Amino acid sequence: MQFDSINAFLSMGGYGFYVWLSYGITTLALLLLILLSKQKHKQTLQHIAQRYNRELKRKEAAALQTSALASNTENTLSTVASEKCKSEHDKSVK
Amino acid sequence: MWKWLHPYANPEATYHLTDRIIPWFSYLTIILLVIGLTWALLFAPADYQQGDSFRIFYIHVPTATLSMGIYVGMAIAALCSIVWQFKLADASAASLAPIGAVFTFISLVTGAAWGKPMWGTWWIWDARLTSQLILLFLFLGVMALHNAFEDKALAGKAAGILTLVGIINIPIIKYSVEWWNTLHQGATVSKMGKPSMTMDMLWPFIFCYMGFIFLIVVITCIRFRNEILSRNSMRPWVKELALSKGGK
Repeated sequence: MQFDSINAFLSMGGYGFYVWLSYGITTLALLLLILLSKQKHKQTLQHIAQRYNRELKRKEAAALQTSALASNTENTLSTVASEKCKSEHDKSVK
Repeated sequence: MWKWLHPYANPEATYHLTDRIIPWFSYLTIILLVIGLTWALLFAPADYQQGDSFRIFYIHVPTATLSMGIYVGMAIAALCSIVWQFKLADASAASLAPIGAVFTFISLVTGAAWGKPMWGTWWIWDARLTSQLILLFLFLGVMALHNAFEDKALAGKAAGILTLVGIINIPIIKYSVEWWNTLHQGATVSKMGKPSMTMDMLWPFIFCYMGFIFLIVVITCIRFRNEILSRNSMRPWVKELALSKGGK
């Protein structure tokens, strides 16, 4: 051990400010880098999941729309067909 | 060897490999840095000329030399990506740049805090200091280029060319203390043959140095994982992973 007391350790032979400034900024910068890098992992996964879910919803909506359209046209076709039948039936009756 | 290496050209295999090794390298880093820094701050002797301000040495020198090491690593990755179009090389270059920037920043700040009591000034436009500042700007430029394009392959190419041009700065930093009359002192540890330090100063230095090397490995792995994910976001395995971990 090079220091006799906590105070001697903190003052670093008069160079305390410079030594602790160096060690402090180093610790801070490295911790910030590690935290931001870790956070980005979570963010990236969330981002990809969100985009995937959005795409899924869009596909579902599109599928719903086409099926609705299809059933609509079917309806109109059937009404047309039934009207046609009716008119032919009327003709034959006449 | 190629047979063994080949699977790691596959992003999925590499992702899982980095996932597995991160905890082990983290433990190793913590052990080495705790031992090294405690030794440096409490048990290493004070310098006979510089007193206790010498304790800045144990972070200043590792971060400064390793910042150049990171740049060389990034340049090798950039070369592999430009010549052989390895996609993962681009990802590793992109993950190294911010780490290099932080290490260069730390070396500059600790250098200033050491220069003030020893030289009487925080900053001087001396060859070593100026070329190290240029290294910081190179790292920042590479980071900016990686983020400037939506197309990651194009971004990688642009950043790679800047990286390769900028490598000229590395020998300039290394030999600046010999080529020019500088205020900055010459090499302390790596003087040809035996180092000019006593063993009780050298040992804590070796622990700190190894600790910082493994710290770089850990942060690189963490960032490399992110790069793999964002570059392969359309792959089924990434979707599965994102839905299980990132989805609600």
